[in-house]
Amino acid sequence: MSEGAVSASNVNANEKMANLLKEAENLKTKLEEERSKLNDVNLSNIAERLEQIAYVNIKPRKVLKGHQAKVLCTDWSPDKRHIISSSQDGRLIIWDAFTTNKEHAVTMPTTWIMACAYAPSGNFVACGGLDNKVTVYPITSDEEMAAKKRTVGTHTSYMSCCIYPNSDQQILTGSGDSTCALWDVESGQLLQSFHGHSGDVMAIDLAPNETGNTFVSGSCDRMAFIWDMRSGHVVQSFEGHQSDVNSVKFHPCGDAIATGSDDSSCRLYDMRADREVAVFAKESIIFGVNSVDFSVSGRLLFAGYNDYTVNLWDTLKSERVCLLYGHENKVSCVQVSPDGTALSTGSWDYTIRVWA
Amino acid sequence: MVTMNSEADKTQATNATLAMSSAEKQPAAESTSPLPKSPPATAAAGVAVTTECSVPAAASLPPVPVPAAAPAAATTQTSVPTPAPEALANGNSNANIEEVVVAVASTAAGATVNGGAAGVVTSVAAATPPPSAKTVNVRDTTTSAGVSGSSASKSSGLLTVSSNHHHHHHHQQSSSSSSSSQQQQQAAPSTVVVQSSSQHQRSNKNEDAPNILVYKKMEAIIEKMQAESTGVAVRTVKAFMSKVPSVFTGADLVAWILKNFDVEDVTEALHFAHLLSSHGYIFPIDDHALTVKNDGTFYRFQTPYFWPSNCWEPENTDYAVYLCKRTMQNKTRLELADYEAENLAKLQKMFSRKWEFIFMQAESQSKVAKKRDKLERKVLDSQERAFWDVHRPMPGCVNTTEIDIKKAYRRGGSSHGTGSSGASVAKNPVEQLSRIIALRKQKLERRTIKVSKAAEALVAYYDQYNEFDYFITSPELPNPWQTDSTEMWDTEKNSKEVPVRRVKRWAFSLRELLNDAIGRDQFTKFLEKEYSGENLKFWESVQEMKALPQSEIKEAIHKIWQEFLAPDAPCPVNVDSKSVELAREAVNSPNGPNRWCFDVAASHVYHLMKSDSYSRYLRSDMYKDYLNCSRKKIKSIPNLFGVKR
Repeated sequence: MSEGAVSASNVNANEKMANLLKEAENLKTKLEEERSKLNDVNLSNIAERLEQIAYVNIKPRKVLKGHQAKVLCTDWSPDKRHIISSSQDGRLIIWDAFTTNKEHAVTMPTTWIMACAYAPSGNFVACGGLDNKVTVYPITSDEEMAAKKRTVGTHTSYMSCCIYPNSDQQILTGSGDSTCALWDVESGQLLQSFHGHSGDVMAIDLAPNETGNTFVSGSCDRMAFIWDMRSGHVVQSFEGHQSDVNSVKFHPCGDAIATGSDDSSCRLYDMRADREVAVFAKESIIFGVNSVDFSVSGRLLFAGYNDYTVNLWDTLKSERVCLLYGHENKVSCVQVSPDGTALSTGSWDYTIRVWA
Repeated sequence: MVTMNSEADKTQATNATLAMSSAEKQPAAESTSPLPKSPPATAAAGVAVTTECSVPAAASLPPVPVPAAAPAAATTQTSVPTPAPEALANGNSNANIEEVVVAVASTAAGATVNGGAAGVVTSVAAATPPPSAKTVNVRDTTTSAGVSGSSASKSSGLLTVSSNHHHHHHHQQSSSSSSSSQQQQQAAPSTVVVQSSSQHQRSNKNEDAPNILVYKKMEAIIEKMQAESTGVAVRTVKAFMSKVPSVFTGADLVAWILKNFDVEDVTEALHFAHLLSSHGYIFPIDDHALTVKNDGTFYRFQTPYFWPSNCWEPENTDYAVYLCKRTMQNKTRLELADYEAENLAKLQKMFSRKWEFIFMQAESQSKVAKKRDKLERKVLDSQERAFWDVHRPMPGCVNTTEIDIKKAYRRGGSSHGTGSSGASVAKNPVEQLSRIIALRKQKLERRTIKVSKAAEALVAYYDQYNEFDYFITSPELPNPWQTDSTEMWDTEKNSKEVPVRRVKRWAFSLRELLNDAIGRDQFTKFLEKEYSGENLKFWESVQEMKALPQSEIKEAIHKIWQEFLAPDAPCPVNVDSKSVELAREAVNSPNGPNRWCFDVAASHVYHLMKSDSYSRYLRSDMYKDYLNCSRKKIKSIPNLFGVKR
């Protein structure tokens, strides 16, 4: 192999890269042209006929104290009043949020439990994080929980998020290895894996439709993908964020998604129009968004920021409705309760709060 | 470098809580083991300053800064053996040196250390940052590295690092004994040198890291605040016998934010100011708690040298030197707070072996400080204190320099080529681009609707659901979270009467109807009356099958096929032949059927129900009666709770 051959292949590679770049750019321009034809009006114009939300009656109602380190994830029980939380202290706590009592506490062999989720039956919880695994615990007595835990799946990097897709028997996970995976709980078998992101997967959410076959993922490659669980393929993709996408959530109608990013904006993408339809940002908001969730009607978007606050956005008018102060460190997770009566927020200040 | 175990977070925790690692007590070679594992923002990871960075940086300095520097570097590099451990001071410092060396060596695996400059800047980064005696050393070493950079760059990283460090140490003694006024004057530009090089190095790797993104935004704001005429008014205030230099009041700051930013109110402005402070850009002149009050309290700007964007991750030895120095200066404003005294005691215990070295460093820094102008000293002292208030916050205060482990791990992993499989994909630009191209093509092929149509649909959804949104419309029964009454949940669970709101919701969509157990029950009854119950049964069976464990799937699929789709099925569903064919293929697939094999058929049936039976159900007397029935019952319940609208 002469130097000439090496440099020739370099030239080829460079040329190939240049061509690809050009093609990608051309496609982008074409896409923008196509989409602008259909971008006939802004969402906020259509929403003009709606009355402004002058006031939202939302106050801190409960503070759950007990973790000895950052709260990283919470999930509402299907019973609408219990909350599971996971923390950097390596503990998993099941709370009766209504009475603020701790009902169970499990210590994991790992710290940084980044994700936890209730099974639809409310009888199991799944969790994991820096151990790269997703582990399932039955909710019984503390001793039994620890004894009956089971590892369902393992990624090659940290597990950042997990959900049960409509069944206690399957778990869907997202990971720092940039993939998502669907696991069979009983056997630990990998039912489907989802390759496509070129950065860590930070968040996933299941589509609220009748089949439950699609889900959305947000990643550090700044993209959000809609996946078909059956084929393992990306069926739709959304770009626009300038930094990591930390959170994704389906609009309750199932035809749009909201994202939260380190670029300190939240965005609303409509799947039917296949484009971004709103950006929620302000000059005075400079910190990243860790977590977003919708109210029942989809009108309000709750967003937890690294600046210790939760912002309420009017998704239709693209205005901020109000700010929730209270946490004393980054807000890591926000979630509206299953019946839509309350909002839970978890923070690096070691607490979980319930707002209503 | 960044391994996937709990060590990494332990390191973080250690840094954060000042639970000084026991590693410090171990032999030098092992003592840095936590370091390379910690996120790239640590001092060790920030090591890879190439000579390209420091050469231009040094060039901006006045030429011939310290005569001894260049030759010293040249000679020590080759001739100095490891300092003999007999001399106590030397021995102690040696331990410290080797720590740094190991850190450099291990980071070098990921990033090539380019000769002397790297070593020098390591020592700088790992050494105390204060702009006093140490800063002078910083300038010396950096400059010399710059001058001798080209020759040093070829030598092995490890060797040069250690020798250079020794040189650094050597200089420190000479400079402390001969601290001239010239050196003091140059202290300021030298800090800039170090800073600019460290910024340069970071920009290669970390400029899009989330915390850096925020720092950059804050710095842009701070710059605006410091603008000559449009910024926050900075004054020197006379107080009794003394002067308070370069300060502004909290009230002025909050007023400025209100005027210049789209914040809503004073609360938000104050919160914004608080964040600027807790991140170390502005600080109260005599309070360890980095927060802002909207009153006459005085605040000061932090010097850019100490900004968190420089990725300090100062070591406990630096902290020890700093605290030790404070005890040497007989000033009430420098007195240690209780928690600082406690920290000092802990540090002294931990570093007992090299305490003399720490003490000497503190002493020399303190000597230089004493020669400064009084006002300048006041400012510098306060800025140094604020630096430590950020990196070793007072108990109860947030450590804003902590990074999300996910982000830290990712960045660490990708820069070292370890970690996720995704990192390798990300590293292959051709593959990544091809993927983007494929996605864009897919998007182009997609048929979409107008934004107005999508927007109308979103607004219509709100119109339909706003009365069910507890944050927008107050419910009939009081929200349990607001009233501490569980009546709402209890009625839902126990009462046999279904509230009209719920029944109304059934008419929104088939999904709503089927999601409600009672609704599904009603619909099943309706279909039975219409002799078309098999459709819903089939659809339900498919959904149930999909939720089964893998081990039971095969049998369940067989059962569904036999019952609904097979030619002699007892309960045949009305599905088009194409869907049946697809299902047959899937069921008989050589790989075994999967849980999605009836999806096409099921969705066909679903749409059939939706367009046909469901709309008939909504028009039926059955639904209307049910709706009226629940309406009456609801009306008979008086509104006892006076829920506000």
